[in-house]
Amino acid sequence: MRDAVTSPAGTGTRGGRSDAKSGRTDLIFLIRFRHCCLLRNQRCILAYLYDRLLRIRALRWEYGSVLPNTIQFHMSAEEVEWFNRYKKSLATYMRSVGGEEGLDLTQDIKPPKSLYIEVRCLRDYGEFEIDDGTTVLLKKNSQHFLPRWKCEQLIRQGVLEHILL
Amino acid sequence: MYLQCLTESMTSTPVTPVAFRLWRLGPDGLCRFPPAAVFSGALRLRRGRSRAPAWLNEKFAPELLESKPEIIECVVEQLDHMEANLKRAKRGDLKVSVHRMEIERIRYVLSSYLRCRLVKIEKFFPHVLEKEKSRAEGEPSILSPEEFAFAKEYMANTETYLKNVALKHMPPNLQKVSLLKSVPKPNLDSFVFLRVLERQENILVEPETDEQREYTIDLEEGSQHLIRYKTIAPLVASGAVQLI
Repeated sequence: MRDAVTSPAGTGTRGGRSDAKSGRTDLIFLIRFRHCCLLRNQRCILAYLYDRLLRIRALRWEYGSVLPNTIQFHMSAEEVEWFNRYKKSLATYMRSVGGEEGLDLTQDIKPPKSLYIEVRCLRDYGEFEIDDGTTVLLKKNSQHFLPRWKCEQLIRQGVLEHILL
Repeated sequence: MYLQCLTESMTSTPVTPVAFRLWRLGPDGLCRFPPAAVFSGALRLRRGRSRAPAWLNEKFAPELLESKPEIIECVVEQLDHMEANLKRAKRGDLKVSVHRMEIERIRYVLSSYLRCRLVKIEKFFPHVLEKEKSRAEGEPSILSPEEFAFAKEYMANTETYLKNVALKHMPPNLQKVSLLKSVPKPNLDSFVFLRVLERQENILVEPETDEQREYTIDLEEGSQHLIRYKTIAPLVASGAVQLI
């Protein structure tokens, strides 16, 4: 990627401009062809980078604010910075929209079918507190009947699994 | 009622009409704030320019529609009232779960509406910002102030990233890229299903191919059509049709 970006810098345009100035019109077509190649390379590079940004954006909606280490390892420093700024801007917007506490738009992705759902724990998570104060111990393979809105985040993270009868 | 329109499109409906009837009868101990306030909010929405549920229109339209801050504010206020009432209610009461279900549904619709708008803003960000900039004084805005700030930050963020990672290493004449030209525009020629709410006459349909000629159609009230979005875009904005 770095080579594709930097190699045209030294050779391409400087050569092209000086040739055009010296009036060598027979090279015009070569210059134009080269320019088209450079434009195509630029488009491909930008498309690749933009696609990565869109996937990182999708990660924020899927995993939440904190990304797993395996994913962060694959991101460059600038991408991490983009992700942090996007996170901040999204949080500002969500806070401004829903009244006093804001409205978390990453919740309620699917229409609610029932208040409580049956979930199975996929890995050890520890103590989990519900609204009315009771704590539940989430151990691997244990099944619980919990309020839907509390479980949604954990289901997305892969800690719980919704059991469909 | 507005809320009933919203929830009609959800899968499980039997509970909702019960909830409404409970509120109308004024269940003791639960619904402290008068039922009239709920309905006045809904009536305000009906008297507004667009009677059709904003949520469905936003979901099916290919471009970002006009922002409706008054509807959002109204719904948020009602959600807050309902939550406050629930906190005061007795535990273990059947009405509590019914109302909580109602709150969940309303919150889902509101979240879905706002999420849909955010997705469109992020997808078409240069065009949305350009449209907002070139908007005339009296025209209604398609972005709320918060959405405008979000869109601007998103654009700045993306531009900075692309510049730092790729563009600044490129030859000088390739360092600028016009996002307006690179990012795809919303496809206004996509076909949408609609239901007509108010009778419309002489809608001009443009030809798709060179062999066809333009012709006019009349839209009867209650009829359903599949038509290109561009043809009926102003009708969606005025509330004369509803996208389904």
